Amino acid sequence: MKRHFATLSLAAGLALAAGQALAAKDSLVLGMVLEPPHLDPTAGAAAAIDEVVYANVFEGLTRIDRNGAVKPALAESWTVSDDGLTYTFTLRSGVTFHDGSAFDSADVEFSLTRAMADDSTNAQKGLFEPIAKIETPDPHTVTITLARPTGNFLFNLGWGDAVIVAPESAGSNKSKPIGTGPFLFKRWVKGDRFELERYQAYWGSPAKLNRATIKIIPDPAAAAAAVMAGDVDAFANFPAPETMAQFEADPRFEVVIGSTEGETILAMNNTRKPLDDIRVRRAIAHAVDRKAVVDGAMFGYGTPIGSHFAPHHPAYVDLTGRYAYDPAKAKALLAEAGHGSGLKLTLKLPPPSYARRGGEIIAAQLAQVGIEAEIIPVEWAQWLEQVFRGTDYDLTIVSHTEPMDIGIYARDTYYFNYESLAFRNVIAELNAAVEDKTRYALMAEAQKTITEDSVNVFLFQLAKHGVWDAKVKGLWENSPVQANDLTEVYWK
Amino acid sequence: MTSETLREIWSKGLSSRSFTIGGAITLALVGVALVSQVWTPYAVTEINVPLKLRPPSAEHWLGTDQIGRDVLSMMMLGARNSIAVSLVAVGIGAGLGVPLGALAAARRGWIEEAVMRFNDFAFAFPALLSAVMITALLGPGAVNSIIAIGIFNVPVFARVTRGASLSLWQREFVLAARVAGKGATRITLEHILPNIASVLIVQMTIQFALAILAEAGLSYLGLGTQPPNPSWGKMLNEAQTFMYLAPQLAIFPGVAIAVTVLGLNLLGDGLRDVLDPRLRRAR
Repeated sequence: MKRHFATLSLAAGLALAAGQALAAKDSLVLGMVLEPPHLDPTAGAAAAIDEVVYANVFEGLTRIDRNGAVKPALAESWTVSDDGLTYTFTLRSGVTFHDGSAFDSADVEFSLTRAMADDSTNAQKGLFEPIAKIETPDPHTVTITLARPTGNFLFNLGWGDAVIVAPESAGSNKSKPIGTGPFLFKRWVKGDRFELERYQAYWGSPAKLNRATIKIIPDPAAAAAAVMAGDVDAFANFPAPETMAQFEADPRFEVVIGSTEGETILAMNNTRKPLDDIRVRRAIAHAVDRKAVVDGAMFGYGTPIGSHFAPHHPAYVDLTGRYAYDPAKAKALLAEAGHGSGLKLTLKLPPPSYARRGGEIIAAQLAQVGIEAEIIPVEWAQWLEQVFRGTDYDLTIVSHTEPMDIGIYARDTYYFNYESLAFRNVIAELNAAVEDKTRYALMAEAQKTITEDSVNVFLFQLAKHGVWDAKVKGLWENSPVQANDLTEVYWK
Repeated sequence: MTSETLREIWSKGLSSRSFTIGGAITLALVGVALVSQVWTPYAVTEINVPLKLRPPSAEHWLGTDQIGRDVLSMMMLGARNSIAVSLVAVGIGAGLGVPLGALAAARRGWIEEAVMRFNDFAFAFPALLSAVMITALLGPGAVNSIIAIGIFNVPVFARVTRGASLSLWQREFVLAARVAGKGATRITLEHILPNIASVLIVQMTIQFALAILAEAGLSYLGLGTQPPNPSWGKMLNEAQTFMYLAPQLAIFPGVAIAVTVLGLNLLGDGLRDVLDPRLRRAR
């Protein structure tokens, strides 16, 4: 009898397993390294927020697609006045929020006004700064008037920070996000996973997946094991580049190395002695061998850069040769600056392997030219507190993953304390320019200016190490914005 | 100690297998650590990225790590760091714990109560957990991990010292010393401590092994020895993601930790065998 029971339960188990395998075709488990602090993209800088909700739960007037192009989203179409100051958006009809309430121009006005408000906690308030006036002539039309022409205004509206929220749910979006996207938010098991489900009343073509689980796995070794075991179907950005070779060799997986907007830099505190001396900053730039850093820290995945600009952008200027690896020159520059006998600096390193591993390599390279860099590993919270907000550091390594963010060098107070009137003028001109040709020329000038001033050591463009089940299709290869867009994902 | 008793210990020691094996392992480890003070095959700060993840070869006996550093050199310096941290930590533990325990045994009364209850309190926390807490509070680093490991060693030594001393205080030779007018401090120094020395030595060996493990654990978590100083625990941590590519990176430090702890435990066992019976007979 017992044996019968065992056989029976085995059969039942097999049937169940088969059933699950069939059902698994319309659900996906996606791995992610960092857990976001909350889920409101309009109230936080953490990239991890967008990686959960962008395009899945929340949508803006426009959206950025997988190639970085601006596409219509909640705005069906738009017209721009000849002077570049007035944008008239025609909103899509039949759009509802996940709580059932209808979407109209009042929601747009509310969202943008909220993001611009003095007490707004939006992390990218600068995106909305050019807006002078928002008008809503009817429920499906929004007219935005700008104070000055802003070339990439439509792109800016596609950021996660500019998504449209409803007045009724804006306050609780941090824990229970309610948007208009193809997926509605189901559950957040803190420290473990997020659950999303297809929104049946979605205005556009519905998501192909019925369910999506986003699992948080901070440890690279555990992440590799989870992918190997099939517990996680996809990792859009795998934390350990060194394990890529092992996935590449396995036909069950597809490995896709894409580009990101992450300029990885060795940031320098430009106002702190002795880094306020341009010769010292140039010496450090000459002392760093980018190729060794890319090979050692990222296992060759990553493109060396010479300025704060993404190599896949059409306006990119290759400035990697400006400070070629040249220890002798670095030593000479240091001697010229009066530091021939050596120099002691601190190097604060946040947790990602590009920083920790890259930091050890850079410290060794700096030692070759007589700069003793004391390595101080810090957690992200400490890094934000001490380095980013407190500017209490000499050197640090970090990747700036926002798209088109060279403008940060024009900010009044930013953690590398770079102050250049010339550069600010270039950025001001760029912000006002609408023509691509003019814009690209100004972007090139901006790149050259910060490289010439050797503000930071520009290391490499972070690669996106995607690894997923070979049968999963439709994930983004590149990361033009911080997102894990699951809209078009399906199983073959 | 006369040369006769030393010789007696030595011959007893040689006949104890755990003493000889444990002693040999420990001596080898200390030897490696001492050599690393003056010489390692390569400098551990020497990074050679093109030569990363090489298997053991004639140039690099234990191969190279993920950024092309010589693993043997790192292991040697790791041994030195482990020993240095553990030695000082056990020193702190014994240095504070032994006087506390001796005080408790000599004074009794409320002092003993206070010392021992405080001990119980410190003991109630799992050792490694409290070390993690301390380094989290003080910040990561070799010095702070020494303090953290040292602190959780204090109650161990206080207890052992008090327990071993208590019975001695009732013995005739101590009573005689008291009658002769010696003070508690002198009696402790002249009669109690010499008689519990062997117990303390055995305890130190065991604590040393635990301290090696604790140091590796803290470094593994990134709270102990900081880069660019190598440490076995840190090497293990970094080797995790290379398990498929270069398993030797995890095997070498792992084996080193296991063998070291085994050696110290064997030595402790052996010492107990060698020292204890002699004590019993000599009294």
